[in-house]
Amino acid sequence: MSLVKTFDEEVLIEEQGFDDHFHEHHHEDKYKSSFIFKYIFSLDHKIIARQFLFTGIFWALIGAAMSVIFRLQLGFPDESVAWLKPFLGRWIMINEETGMGTLDPQFYYALVTMHGTIIVFFVLTAGLSGTFSNLLIPLQIGARDMASPLLNMLSYWFFFLAGVVMFFSLFLSTGPFSGGWVAYPPLSALPQASSGSGAGMTLWLVSLTFFVVSVLLGGINYITTVLNLRTKGMSLWKMPLTIWSFFITAIIGLLSFPVLVSGFFLLMSDRSLGTSFYLSDIFINGQALDYVGGSPILYQHLFWFLGHPEVYIIILPAMGIVSEVLSVHARKPIFGYKAMVYSIASIAFLSFIVWAHHMFMSGVNPFISNFFVVFTLIIAVPSAVKVFNWITTLWGGSIRLNSPMLFAIGFVSLFISGGLTGIFLGNSALDIQLHDTYFVVAHFHIVMGVAAFFGMFAGIYHWFPKMFGRFMNETLGRIHFWITLIGAYMIFWPMHYLGMAGVPRRYYRFDSFDAFGQFTTMNEFITIAAIIVFFAQVLFVVNFIWSINHGKEQTTKNPWLATTLEWTTPIKAGHGNWEGNIPTVHRWAYDYGKDGEDYIPQYIPLTEKEKAEIDNH
Amino acid sequence: MEKSMTNKYYNTNNRIHPLKFALWIGMASITMMFGAFTSAYVVRQAAGNWLEFPLPNIFFVSTAVLLISSILLHTSFRSFKSQKENLYKFFLVGSFVLGVLFIVLQYEGWVRLFEIGVDLKGNPAGSFLYVITGIHALHVIGGIVALIIAMINAFSLKFKITDKRIINFELTLHYWHFVDLLWVYLLIFLYLSR
Ligand code: HEM
Ligand SMILES: [Cu+2]
Repeated sequence: MSLVKTFDEEVLIEEQGFDDHFHEHHHEDKYKSSFIFKYIFSLDHKIIARQFLFTGIFWALIGAAMSVIFRLQLGFPDESVAWLKPFLGRWIMINEETGMGTLDPQFYYALVTMHGTIIVFFVLTAGLSGTFSNLLIPLQIGARDMASPLLNMLSYWFFFLAGVVMFFSLFLSTGPFSGGWVAYPPLSALPQASSGSGAGMTLWLVSLTFFVVSVLLGGINYITTVLNLRTKGMSLWKMPLTIWSFFITAIIGLLSFPVLVSGFFLLMSDRSLGTSFYLSDIFINGQALDYVGGSPILYQHLFWFLGHPEVYIIILPAMGIVSEVLSVHARKPIFGYKAMVYSIASIAFLSFIVWAHHMFMSGVNPFISNFFVVFTLIIAVPSAVKVFNWITTLWGGSIRLNSPMLFAIGFVSLFISGGLTGIFLGNSALDIQLHDTYFVVAHFHIVMGVAAFFGMFAGIYHWFPKMFGRFMNETLGRIHFWITLIGAYMIFWPMHYLGMAGVPRRYYRFDSFDAFGQFTTMNEFITIAAIIVFFAQVLFVVNFIWSINHGKEQTTKNPWLATTLEWTTPIKAGHGNWEGNIPTVHRWAYDYGKDGEDYIPQYIPLTEKEKAEIDNH
Repeated sequence: MEKSMTNKYYNTNNRIHPLKFALWIGMASITMMFGAFTSAYVVRQAAGNWLEFPLPNIFFVSTAVLLISSILLHTSFRSFKSQKENLYKFFLVGSFVLGVLFIVLQYEGWVRLFEIGVDLKGNPAGSFLYVITGIHALHVIGGIVALIIAMINAFSLKFKITDKRIINFELTLHYWHFVDLLWVYLLIFLYLSR
């Protein structure tokens, strides 16, 4: 008889579990009070996770719709977009005689900027980390909630506030900020530089400052919770890789976001107090401004000191989710668990000493660039270790090819493709040709943008039952997967060719450059692919919303037969997660296919044989 | 409510109070922020065209004031734990007064700087000095707010030693020591790298 069946889970947890006198305090009732406190100003990490997810999806739709609009401009610059007039108003200019509608170039830049800001910060940072760190940290380490549920709630509401401010800036008469998501001065420092640099940029700064507060409050909580609230037996080396990656992500965030804030403070002071940290010798309309002695390179240093770690803040949680999903659905232990942890840690460390690879072409001393080239290329080593381990985990597994698994495998594919182009860019000599071209756009969209979305999708399909007690529709999930995977490659693969030919990013149109005329068809192709992929995402959102109330109902606590603790709570768990005792942990999270057992959950005590094995080591 | 959650959710791994731990992580990120300011300072200074001027002596006085304030708060905490109610209140108020005095002295320092021609605008050497000391002062003001809350508690609540009050006091104390040490670092930095 199988080991899992020999134990009655309820009995086991009651007998062996950790009694924290949860019930004696009767505090549950207090939290179940009113709708407002249960669903809006909730202190329950599971609800806060859902709030992050819904808000993230909202922003993802906006960010994606923006990209479709500017892709229309790039693919079909001569087609009329008069039909967008009802949505975009004065940003569509209508030619009186022909009736032809064109996108205002200024707004094109605003769209590109907002797309980047929204996807990088609101969707892939808050939407991804916020959702899964909140949902999984307490559930997987065996805690009743975060260390400080109050800070956790504030973290969400600061994010919400950041969103409100950014959203408002979209409707300014002068338009939102339009100088690129990296907000380099002088475009970002001089209100007179462009129409978006005035009120639009002010709101951008305010919004992102709230956003950083949200990240810091969340991060403080994640770290404290992981280090202090693990259940009995859950040593660090027994934690699932999801927790490791959320934990290390939070550390990176806490060390890098404050540096961004420093950069922002100096920028604000240049904007409103008249200092010249980033400005020098600037002429506008032939008039010299009186800023002297500043340097825009200084901003680039401060920005990329955050900016590079930020890309790992985005990708590490996705990696953690993928490791977990791959292992569960391949019914095999993750290959090289400790190597995975060490590579997350070394990626995190290295991410702090490579930032200048974004500045090879900014006039940084080429001698110093060499150091950054070396460190940058070294990152490929731990990244390759991870890829190797994922593939080995899949090797010989009895794979369930369902939506979460498909997206996890898709992640691995994308991470390889995009990582390889990173190695091209990491060479400062090659970067002379490739910098600020579509090659860079292709690189980071594949390795970060699409890959992180795949990690997020894998997580959503996998933990949807944990969040809503139902499953998402599997057929729609697979359709979503195939269109997105093939479509994403169709969008971004051709961009590598554009980039190698030197086509610069962030241009409104290319027809005044003879050299780029040959790419018209390619640009049309990319735009059509982008539109198709966009509709696949709408399909996902429909599936998501529909499944919340109508999806196939979850009937057993542990539908995926996974080993981790989140599947031991009741299907509709209340605040506090476990009704009785908290399970005690005896083993790591990856006992799949061990000793002829399909899986052995973490709360099952070691057998005599296993104990003997440990003693022998 | 906040407190009750953490107390109830105590598990076996707690060697340090979660809120105290959280505060320390928060202090680590504030340190990163000032680390960024001072590295930006160094980078910018290395690029030349840098105005040199002496630090006003008043900054050394304010340093002493802040250090003493820190010591007083520590004494107050000791007195609190050993049930000496009057000493506890006395030193608490003392450290608050010195905290406010620190801000006043910093302001005086800025006035002196301005008098010798160091402007916020103009050469970045001056801008950096004002921004760094200014943002530090904001952090001190945050600490003063915490001290005000501590005083309100001290004078409105009945004197009683509870776990909750000890931990709250400790949080305030650690933060206050932190902004103090941070200032000492900044002063030494600014003094050495003019
Ligand atoms: C082997 C690993 C990698 C290497 C060597 C690498 C290298 C580079 C280099 C040198 C650039 C600058 C190109 C330029 O502007 O000229 C770049 C851009 C970028 N990379 Fe990577 N990368 C790697 C992996 C990643 C990963 C894993 C992510 C995200 C998860 C990422 C996200 C980005 C982003 C967002 C940009 C562009 C930012 C912008 O200019 O807007 N990279 N990469
Ligand atoms: Cu980078």
